[in-house]
Amino acid sequence: MNAPRRSSPPLRSPEQRRGDPATTAPRRSSPPQLSFGQPVLQLRGIVKSFGANHVLRGIDLEVARHEVVALIGASGSGKSTLLKTANLLERIDDGQILLAGDDISDPRVDVDGVRARIGVVFQHYNLFPHLSVLDNVTLGLRKVRRLARADAERRGMTLLERIGLAAQARAYPDRLSGGQQQRVAIARAIAPDPELLLLDEITSALDPQLVGEVLDLVAELKGAGSTILMATHEIGFARRVADRIVFLHGGRICEQGPPGQVLDAPQHPQTQEFLRRVLR
Amino acid sequence: MTQQSPAEGSRSLPPLSDLERGRRVYRHRQARRSVAISLLSTVVFAVVIALVLVGSPGWQVTRDTFFNPEYFWPALPKVAEGLLLNMQVLAIAVVGVAVVAVVLAGLRSLKGPVFFPLRFLAAAYTDLFRGMPFLIVLYLIGFGIPALGFSDKPISVVLLGTVALILTYSSYVAEVLRAGIEAVHPSQRLAARSLGLSHYGALRLVVLPQAVRKVTPALMNDFVSMQKDVGLISVLGAVDAIRAAQVIVSNTYNYTPYVVAGLLFVLFSWPFIRLTDWLTARQQRREQIGGLV
Repeated sequence: MNAPRRSSPPLRSPEQRRGDPATTAPRRSSPPQLSFGQPVLQLRGIVKSFGANHVLRGIDLEVARHEVVALIGASGSGKSTLLKTANLLERIDDGQILLAGDDISDPRVDVDGVRARIGVVFQHYNLFPHLSVLDNVTLGLRKVRRLARADAERRGMTLLERIGLAAQARAYPDRLSGGQQQRVAIARAIAPDPELLLLDEITSALDPQLVGEVLDLVAELKGAGSTILMATHEIGFARRVADRIVFLHGGRICEQGPPGQVLDAPQHPQTQEFLRRVLR
Repeated sequence: MTQQSPAEGSRSLPPLSDLERGRRVYRHRQARRSVAISLLSTVVFAVVIALVLVGSPGWQVTRDTFFNPEYFWPALPKVAEGLLLNMQVLAIAVVGVAVVAVVLAGLRSLKGPVFFPLRFLAAAYTDLFRGMPFLIVLYLIGFGIPALGFSDKPISVVLLGTVALILTYSSYVAEVLRAGIEAVHPSQRLAARSLGLSHYGALRLVVLPQAVRKVTPALMNDFVSMQKDVGLISVLGAVDAIRAAQVIVSNTYNYTPYVVAGLLFVLFSWPFIRLTDWLTARQQRREQIGGLV
């Protein structure tokens, strides 16, 4: 990395961001001022404690454009907390977070603007029960991106067709199966074409026979060039879609590398122990 | 950061970076700035209000009639004594309201056609007493019951006022409780009944405790509202704080005693209002999982 460690690059103002037609631009376009190959997300020395419980003890992690990184680790190893800090849902106690080069851990940053650039899918879908499937998907487009309803719905329907749920556009979320709801949640997250997608244990609340359809969709997103940081318990899935596996233990990165390396030939005893338990 | 011995080296956190120090200084400064701004705007607001009041053409007369220290201090002990009666009535009425409201809410949540008459009666009761202005309930009970002539001795107006208060407020509180009961997820009832608990057992041991927690702020709100409506029993002639003030006013033609009574009511309800806020805040903290949002 060529940037000095404590530098804080100039932020793109919200006006500039609103100006760029992210939803109409081709997917792989990157903002003009960025050099090719700059990581989408850079975490530097992230520390987070809840009282005396030190959940993250100094995490350094980069996610490159179009890269899919899977965080694995036991419950309480800090996977979810790490995702939340990246989305500014938790304030870090130390360290620095850069999103496409912008220091988003700076207190002067426009927090809502940053969150609009990041898509999140939650374990329990968190769809809005009072809105139809289509309105769930288009809410961000209409109210944050300020798209006209017709334009937003056109894009929403395209997305619903892509996830195979166009027929349910007017239905309400509670009429859908868990797998369908989670696919809608993914569509909602990718609708504004975010620079980064965070997936937090998105299959943990699903019945085993519903997991496949959600994972297939994520694999498709990877194929389409999405940049994804995900926490998962599905080791097989991580192997299938992740470019890199990161094993967290005790709030630190214990081991990382390509799936074949980390999952098949783990070097660290903690990784070996963890994989022995989950793969048994 | 606390110092950690080298022995627990691997458990210790890295020392705070200059970047984080800078962020904390910045946040601290921002926090102080917003406090300063809000203080300033409060002062400006208060000054403007004061200037408008004092500058009004009738301020002299208004001040002498409503905020006259000459009448304020002499009225205070009498009015405060009256407030004691309000407190007693409130204490009894609260217990009555709690009992009646729980029974009503329980009746309304009964399932099955057998219980239709009970549900209907409970619904009619709450509809009637929520719709009727409290003052009219007071008149009907306070003057209507004695007029029936069941008793040779006069019935205490304090007792009648308390009954009227219970009738009106139990219907409000019953509806709040019912909303709480219905807000408890049905799976909780399923789980309770699966243990073999009866309908009543499930309601008492599982559903109601959760329901009450959900509606605590609404219940406290009704309680505070009741606290000042206790003052209305003065229309029946009970010598409470308002009546005591009224007596002085009718002798002096100065309205300061009413202000005294009003202030005392505010003082009386203030701890409960704060308690409500505190409970609400605590509940929010408990249920909040999302950190910053």
